[in-house]
Amino acid sequence: MKTATDASTLEVAARPRSFLRSLSLHWAESIVIPLTAILASFVLFAIFIALAGANPFQSFHWMYRGAFGTSFSWQNTLVRAAPLMLTGLCTALPLQLGMVIIGGEGALTLGALAAAFVSHLIPDASPIVAITSMALGGCLVGGAWIMLAGGLKYYRGVNETISSLLLNYIAIAFLNQMVEGPMHDPASLNTPSTYAVPDANMIGNMFGTEVHWGFAWALIVCLLAYFLMSHTLIGFAAKIVGGNIRAARVAGLSVGKITLFICGLAGAAAGLAGVIQVAATEGRANANINAPGYGYTGILVAFIARANPLAVIPVSILIGGIGASGGLLQRRQHLPDATVLVFQGLLFLMILAFESWYGRFKIFRRKEAPNG
Amino acid sequence: MADGTSLGIWGVPLALFAGALRVSTPFIFVSLGECLTEKSGRINLGQEGTLIMGAMSGYAVAYQSGSAWLGVLAAGGVGIVLGFIHAWLCSRPRVNDVAVGIGLMLFGTGLAFFLGKPYVHPIAPRLPAFNLGFWSHSTVVQEALQINVLFLIGAVLSPLLLWALQSTRWGLIVRTVGESADAARAMGYSVNGVRMLATMAGGFLAGIGGSFLSLYYPGGWNEGLSSGQGLMAVALVIFARWNPLYCLYAALLFGAAGALAPALQSVGVTSYRYFFAAAPYVMTLAIMIATSSRSRTLAGVPAELTVSR
Repeated sequence: MKTATDASTLEVAARPRSFLRSLSLHWAESIVIPLTAILASFVLFAIFIALAGANPFQSFHWMYRGAFGTSFSWQNTLVRAAPLMLTGLCTALPLQLGMVIIGGEGALTLGALAAAFVSHLIPDASPIVAITSMALGGCLVGGAWIMLAGGLKYYRGVNETISSLLLNYIAIAFLNQMVEGPMHDPASLNTPSTYAVPDANMIGNMFGTEVHWGFAWALIVCLLAYFLMSHTLIGFAAKIVGGNIRAARVAGLSVGKITLFICGLAGAAAGLAGVIQVAATEGRANANINAPGYGYTGILVAFIARANPLAVIPVSILIGGIGASGGLLQRRQHLPDATVLVFQGLLFLMILAFESWYGRFKIFRRKEAPNG
Repeated sequence: MADGTSLGIWGVPLALFAGALRVSTPFIFVSLGECLTEKSGRINLGQEGTLIMGAMSGYAVAYQSGSAWLGVLAAGGVGIVLGFIHAWLCSRPRVNDVAVGIGLMLFGTGLAFFLGKPYVHPIAPRLPAFNLGFWSHSTVVQEALQINVLFLIGAVLSPLLLWALQSTRWGLIVRTVGESADAARAMGYSVNGVRMLATMAGGFLAGIGGSFLSLYYPGGWNEGLSSGQGLMAVALVIFARWNPLYCLYAALLFGAAGALAPALQSVGVTSYRYFFAAAPYVMTLAIMIATSSRSRTLAGVPAELTVSR
């Protein structure tokens, strides 16, 4: 009886504090600082363009046109954003455990190969069966690949950044070997490829647009990942492991299982990106899968989004837009296609440089409750 | 042509030896630079970007000036600048050195592709080489025994760096900063200052390693010039246990492994060529798995290094 009243008084006492907390600008910090960093990188990029002999304002105009200016460019942007969301998750989820995994490209590559392989196994399956099996195959292989990096870290203490990077090169070599050897389609002459996914089994476009359903998949996966990390026990446990691994062990969490699970999910996301590349964009697995470097750009997405799965969505659209604007920039301003790479690199460095701003400004601090 | 076939199967070990000498040079420079940086307690994954920028700027300057050595120097200078950017970003509070390295890798690659566009076609002067195969009539042997000056410099630099780290005052300061930043601070050394110098020196060496790629072997500038050598060199330092002399041996081993695929191809083994090309990566991973341990930190690892935590 006494304990119950204690609990209710505690609850009442806690209420004004949480109310005050919601009034504070604490949440704004993680929006204002990245936006400032993005602005700073725009200024630096403008200087860079001016030094390269082009007009920065015209260039920004064409970049905007190429990324978000027309419905065509919007569709181009969203198609690029879809795999970026998934490869972004591949780095973002382990980042919450305190692990820097950069193996998205490898998981994407193997996911693509798995999709092509599954499609080849069941050529006569109905679209729904074929697409589901391809997605499952890609997720499974991609998940196992990053789980390998996570397991090596946990059980052998192998640095996950370097191992996942090496796994990228191994996966790409495996793809090249497969498309020239056992999985080679003799009809593909210029670019050795696997057999094509039948047209009927391709992932179609949404509502009469040029944007394929893979975009919706990626969106849903990001939302699910956000729910998992912020509203479930597993996500909570993962954050404890990321915050203080010793505390997590003392609390009785099985760090190994959590590590493997999160890494598996991360890899599955990147594997799904590979499935989308094969079953929605390219139609077959070949060296073109690695040409856009979505796995590496996903690292950038994860860091700008500060490992938040929800923030991965707008950041992917922004980065996808920058990528989409490259073509127009090349045609209208005669800037080389690597211009967008420079911009992405600047963006990454600025985001990191402004990392030290967190917690520095009083206005963003959590307000202390009176007498608290 | 006839000479090549007359060597028969003996062409493979010869090609591996030649590969060890040729392919290893960028590995030697990047790994020595990275070794120095890591000894001071920071890891620089941006060495990949530095390598590519070094390759591009070295080629561009060599083409414009007509002197390959000026190109090498310019590549080193660009490396110093990139090392400075890395060190400056990392010296700010709460900035992760691994993330900065990845950022610089993307930035350096993008910048090199951007600035290097006009230099894809022109032919720049090559670095000179000693011909140790003069005694042989076989052109294959002669070609295999071409030894570049940069390789010799790297081979001398490696024991020199070991000596400097172990026996000089500067080496002691770098190691102190890498083992315990607090102790170094208590002794009155600027931790960020020492790390900045070590990272800039590391960038200088990585830039030179890059210039070897474009000015000697494979030679020429194109966007596919580096296939992750800069990052492999980072793994190689771990493999070499942060010992500059072991870095040299490891670089030679990696060079030989990298030459495996083309060597086998030259004697007619063409199937599985991508698997052989992946050999250095598999080897690095296998070595890391074999030498790492969960319960103890790696032998020889600087205590301040993020990978050791």
